[in-house]
Amino acid sequence: MDRHYDAVIVGAGLAGLRAAIELAGRARVAVISKVFATRSHSGAAQGGIGAAIGNEEEDRWEWHMFDTVKGSDYLGDQDAIEVMAKDAPRTIYELEHLGVPFNRTRDGRIAQRAFGGHTRDFGKAPVKRACYAADRTGRVILDTLWEQSLRKGIDFFDEYHVLSLMINGSSCSGVVAYELATGAIVGFHSKAVLLATGGAGRIFKVTSNALASTGDGMAMAYRAGAPLEDMEFVQFHPTGIYKLGILISEAARGEGGVLRNAKGERFMEHYAPVIKDLAPRDMVSRCILEEIRAGRGIDGKDFVHLDLTHLGQDVIGHKLAEIAGFAKTYAGVDPAREPIPVHPTCHYMMGGIAANADGEVVVDAGATPLPGLFAAGECACVSVHGANRLGCNSLLDTLVFGRRTGGAIRDFIQTVKAPKPSDAFRKKAESRMAELLAIEGPEQIGAVMTELQHTMMEHVSVFRHAKGLQAALANIRELKERCARIAILDKGKCFNRNLLDSIELGQMLDLAEVITLGALYRGESRGAHWREDFPKRDDEKFLHHTMVHLSGGAPQIFSRPVAITRFEPRERTY
Amino acid sequence: MQCTFAVFRFDPAADRQSRYQHYVVSAEPADKILDCLNRIRWEQDPTLAYRASCAHGICGSDAMVINGHVALACQKLVRDFKTANNFVIEPLPVFQVLRDLIVDLRPFFEKHRAVRPYLVTAGENPEKERLQNSENQQFVEPALRCILCAACTATCPITRVNPAYLGPAALLRAFRYVCDSRDTLTLERLQALDNDDGIWGCKTMWWCTEVCPKGIPVTKCLGQIKRLLKKGDAHA
Ligand SMILES: Cc1cc2nc3c(=O)[nH]c(=O)nc-3n(C[C@H](O)[C@H](O)[C@H](O)COP(=O)(O)OP(=O)(O)OC[C@H]3O[C@@H](n4cnc5c(N)ncnc54)[C@H](O)[C@@H]3O)c2cc1C
Ligand code: FES
Repeated sequence: MDRHYDAVIVGAGLAGLRAAIELAGRARVAVISKVFATRSHSGAAQGGIGAAIGNEEEDRWEWHMFDTVKGSDYLGDQDAIEVMAKDAPRTIYELEHLGVPFNRTRDGRIAQRAFGGHTRDFGKAPVKRACYAADRTGRVILDTLWEQSLRKGIDFFDEYHVLSLMINGSSCSGVVAYELATGAIVGFHSKAVLLATGGAGRIFKVTSNALASTGDGMAMAYRAGAPLEDMEFVQFHPTGIYKLGILISEAARGEGGVLRNAKGERFMEHYAPVIKDLAPRDMVSRCILEEIRAGRGIDGKDFVHLDLTHLGQDVIGHKLAEIAGFAKTYAGVDPAREPIPVHPTCHYMMGGIAANADGEVVVDAGATPLPGLFAAGECACVSVHGANRLGCNSLLDTLVFGRRTGGAIRDFIQTVKAPKPSDAFRKKAESRMAELLAIEGPEQIGAVMTELQHTMMEHVSVFRHAKGLQAALANIRELKERCARIAILDKGKCFNRNLLDSIELGQMLDLAEVITLGALYRGESRGAHWREDFPKRDDEKFLHHTMVHLSGGAPQIFSRPVAITRFEPRERTY
Repeated sequence: MQCTFAVFRFDPAADRQSRYQHYVVSAEPADKILDCLNRIRWEQDPTLAYRASCAHGICGSDAMVINGHVALACQKLVRDFKTANNFVIEPLPVFQVLRDLIVDLRPFFEKHRAVRPYLVTAGENPEKERLQNSENQQFVEPALRCILCAACTATCPITRVNPAYLGPAALLRAFRYVCDSRDTLTLERLQALDNDDGIWGCKTMWWCTEVCPKGIPVTKCLGQIKRLLKKGDAHA
């Protein structure tokens, strides 16, 4: 079957929905999502969204910009960061106008709280910059945008899994999708395609990400020849519930929670004397692991404590209710009385599909756009997060660049004619599906996936070194071969998860390879990428973006310069 | 330890009738029921179909019936059940089964849409935010926890007998907008709910409140709509 639109948006998280709202009424838009829209992982975001609206104390967008640049370990593109920090206040007011039920101050304005790495006056002290709705900020924004999209009559294709992009010659003219309920393969023909498919945390064993966070958009773009940027920068959030990886938001520390080691020491005081527990995530995660390595994990084990017991029932009940519930349900701990056992958890991909500040996917060091293909949100790399994202900046990124990309698509579709629909792409996808279903092999999805997740966790997480990375790369390549021998036992057409699991696994393997290659290439330590064999930042050699693209079927690395406008790179201490 | 799972199976292409399939899974007491289902799917039987995504009770994908009770598979742990590690897993009631544990939620979302689930305001937007009392925001706060998992509506005894009834989830969403002081559609919203398929369908059975995985006092929130209608007054 074939469908025709002006624009097709893949992903119904905040980035996709914000773009859709921008286009509604001005173009025929379809939003395609492999999970029902409100199940998108944006709904899991807890702590808040950053903007210098200064409702609680003085704040300025320039401070927000500086914090983001410094947080990125000077790898973020400063022109794009400036766009984001300046546009943040407008974004918050717009959300409020759309109906987002933010918490309020006593005088009825939007309430704000402190978050990691956000400071006043260029690093002097923490500042309250995060706008929030309890610890369900993502949930309420996702619901609001989705409901406004329904109101605007946008066409949703929920539970359609996009398999590939239609890229002929040099432009993108649609996507091919698989309808979960029927097994039908549908060609969506359009002038423009926006990839807003979110993160890829499932590549790692311990993660705060959803089962659906398998990096599909990144892998599809990569396979179609577009470069992935800075993929070696993977954020490990310091406070995942021990063993499970379920997130305990930084808001817990923003509200005054502290980390403690086996001796009960507030160890962050030693590492970041100024902002302590509110240091950025890359640092805090490393500090936790340093404590554990030094034998100061709780009971000699590999976790530390997040102590909220002094915050009081009122703060926990009103501002941190959701995470208190998680601690109770999953760790059996009441955070009002006992500390929560925590350990770093894979949380966010700073890297992604290389894109400019209008969401256009760019293909080379000169930033030439690929006409018709756009990317926004976590799957894109604009790059505003550089080597390490600050908390509260991702929701902001999805909304600022989701809107801008929607606008860019609106302009773009006016300048081009509808592409001549070809059924070649759909046919190709159909035969690929038939091939997959015909594989007879000894391998099991679970075994290959578990091995990948272990390898990535062991060698490619917070601490890395050449030997481990090489071992990981060899293992990933072997797993790719094994993945090609996985038999699909489910031959049916109705909710065939087996088939999709296998496709997702293949994509995760591609991304794991790119992440590992980037990590091997980057012989320095910057932000979330820490090389034990190169423990210093090396601006001379590596103050540039790592770009990996497929060339002749094999990954190739090139680089792209970093945009430095206001803040020259300096040593990064907190 | 070993757990046995009797799982409801139905494949419309192959089965005329549903059946139960038995699996033995080794699990820890702290494992989620969802972990066990994943293990079945990834290690034993990849044909088992169910929905799940966030895996920690925030996306609303995996409401199902676990040992007779409606719950999220990702929010219940093996140790939460005193059934000697024997589990029976079935799809949500009320809705049509599409395959195995997956049901057709389209009627659920149609009702959600019917309550006009979005903020409606009059006039121009102010330059900054609209002001809202913190008390008013806190008053609707319980409804913001809703993850649209359909557990309440699938459990509600009224929904089971009256398919036209809006059901607790849609009414809770209506409460969220009726009571939001920023919304200007309050009277129209209330009028639209003032009938037996609307708010008066609720017979205060409390089942929705009991089953809600997010601990939302659904019945109480619905009671606020009734109170406003009786009082003929708009804002709480
Ligand atoms: C637990 C948690 C808490 C967080 N808290 C915060 C916070 O407080 N503040 C903050 O700023 N950031 C936070 N983040 C990060 C932030 O939430 C995410 O980075 C952001 O929401 C990503 O949004 P997105 O729109 O890019 O993608 P997502 O919301 O992940 O949406 C991806 C969409 O793509 C669709 N999709 C994917 N693949 C396919 C395919 N093949 N076919 C069709 N559809 C597809 C999915 O169905 C989904 O609709 C948090 C993240 C996590 C995990
Ligand atoms: S998987 Fe998201 S609620 Fe259970």
